Amino acid sequence: MSEPAEESADSGAAPEPPDIDLPSDAFDAVLDALSDHTPGDPLRFEGFSVAPDLRGDIDEDRYVLADGDRRTGLTEGELHEALAERAPAVTDWYAFERVVGEFGPRRAFLRWLEDADGATVATRYAALAEGIERAWGELRITATLTDRGERRYDVRHADDAGVSVDELDAHEDPLDARDLVRYDEQGRYRPLKTAPSLAGGWVFPELGPRDAYEAVETIYPATVANWHREREGELDVNHWRETMARQSGIYGVVKTWDRGEGYEHVNWVAEACCDDSQCLKRREWEYDDETDLDVDGGDGAFPCREPCSVVVSAARKWTRLESEQPRTYEFELTPSEKEQVEDIIDAVADGRIDEIREADTKEGANRYRTRFLRAKLFDGDGNLAGVPTEPDENDEE
Amino acid sequence: MQSLVIVAHGSHLNPESSAPTYDHADTIRATGAFDEVKTGFWKEEPHFREVLRTVEGDEIYVVPLFVSEGYFTEQVIPRELRLDGWDVAEWDSDGLSADQATLVAEDIDREVHYCGPVGTHRAMTDVIVRRAESVTGDPDVGDDFGLAVVGHGTERNENSAKAIEYHADRIAERDRFDEVRALYMDEDPEVDDLPEFFESDDVVLVPLFIADGYHTQEDIPEDVGLCEDYTEGYDVPTEVDGTRIWYAGAVGTEPLMADVVLERAADAGADLGAALDDVRETTRVATGD
Repeated sequence: MSEPAEESADSGAAPEPPDIDLPSDAFDAVLDALSDHTPGDPLRFEGFSVAPDLRGDIDEDRYVLADGDRRTGLTEGELHEALAERAPAVTDWYAFERVVGEFGPRRAFLRWLEDADGATVATRYAALAEGIERAWGELRITATLTDRGERRYDVRHADDAGVSVDELDAHEDPLDARDLVRYDEQGRYRPLKTAPSLAGGWVFPELGPRDAYEAVETIYPATVANWHREREGELDVNHWRETMARQSGIYGVVKTWDRGEGYEHVNWVAEACCDDSQCLKRREWEYDDETDLDVDGGDGAFPCREPCSVVVSAARKWTRLESEQPRTYEFELTPSEKEQVEDIIDAVADGRIDEIREADTKEGANRYRTRFLRAKLFDGDGNLAGVPTEPDENDEE
Repeated sequence: MQSLVIVAHGSHLNPESSAPTYDHADTIRATGAFDEVKTGFWKEEPHFREVLRTVEGDEIYVVPLFVSEGYFTEQVIPRELRLDGWDVAEWDSDGLSADQATLVAEDIDREVHYCGPVGTHRAMTDVIVRRAESVTGDPDVGDDFGLAVVGHGTERNENSAKAIEYHADRIAERDRFDEVRALYMDEDPEVDDLPEFFESDDVVLVPLFIADGYHTQEDIPEDVGLCEDYTEGYDVPTEVDGTRIWYAGAVGTEPLMADVVLERAADAGADLGAALDDVRETTRVATGD
């Protein structure tokens, strides 16, 4: 499933669902479920139901199938024939009830991938036959169907959409994803898994449902669990103030940064760390439960429920730095030098340093321009314009 | 459904910090003793705060991959996992004897068995010895060898030194190595003066740390004199002041650590089948024949 499914767009009629062979494991699972059956509670499939036929004293098992009409006394062979004619509905039941299982986040995610709570089996199977694509962070997940009604999932970086599997590094074990997320394209360690710096070049070409969920949860840990809670209306958001109040040890100091003088500092933190350019989670936490921050929380598919450890660690540093009082320093800069300082700050903050070409001296953050500025303005101690950081520094021994 | 959750420190800076956690989780996963094996971190993801919501099972064992009882095992982990009613008295520990406490984790409204750290378990003694075997490549190492077990010391946590002494004493009682000493990074007897504390020509130095990082890769090698600057690297063994020092790196990277994680879960009531024997066998040092 490496080719993007684009052809379906030009056909006006509803696509035909594919032919599905009823696999024996799905049929056996139906028989197994019927043997545990609670009287009065038939096994329900889309469009019909099946129950044991409990009338009379027949030696072998007989079954009832109700689909508007009611067929009684079906032998196992007749039941198989009837279910084979309805293989899409039976394999759909088998996929979710037996393969995917009950665990809330996994089940909800895999049903969401194919809109199983909205679309009919026929519509979904037709769409799966073409390939259903979903985005999750930087991932592109493509769900397809085998002729036995089993789901298969292709999980890869969205940048690799349309690339042949042969050209990518293919993996089967979802835990391999731990090694795929550790470094970015430039080999730098990624301390935050939801940073938009996931490297590409790999693919899980045909995962089963459980492994697909596992791969996604390995690449973006707990994002499905939190997304699921949010959909259920149960996301436990912990805002900035309560999160910082909870900190102890070396992080206990962060709570002193909240001085009852507003929350502008937290706006700055969120703008620095939580912007979509820095993290793909959609920030749902605010200053406190009555005070929203003024910066955008982002558009991510999955929520961020409290300031993460990266934010808490950075906040510890800022708590110390922001406890300093401002001073007036006097520097002389040319207008272009002032603008160059601003260019340098922008380039570092936006991670653009590597994009600035070596000889492009029009860019303020160009390395030669920056080295020139340092050569001109720094004194031997590295002080900007020869102005010491501490006012009495020149007086000391 | 029986679940194991290994919780560890992790790092924002060091990509190798989580490696032992993942490795031991994989070893345990391969035994099939648990229906699922999850990992959670303080500095990586899933965070302690969110790891339990990724767990499906109803019989949950949480094992801290930490070397001693203290701030993390007594305060941070129970708080972040939201263990309802946690009090360190639940462990009734002398600093070495924490076993387990069964509490409801508010995050998932299910009970979890919160175990003591791996570093203080008696089985950890075997891992230190195994580490000495690994670094020397000799499954019978001991004769004519000294063994130094090295830890932080008490500066930040008095229990840190207790764990070091506990294992050093237990190894000494076995009469396997000619000499066994507990040494520390920030108090006497200091690891910096290692050759002064041993008469043996060969000494294996095993740091009681979970993961390789700043302390085990930079601090200790430089302090001991294995190298001037850690970036230059060092040989194993390296001779310092007439003593050949076999530097083992963090004991937590030794594959047999998986056994201690299992022992912790077993002590808390996990049904492990043959997993303990499996792990001891699969992590053995090859004898070469």
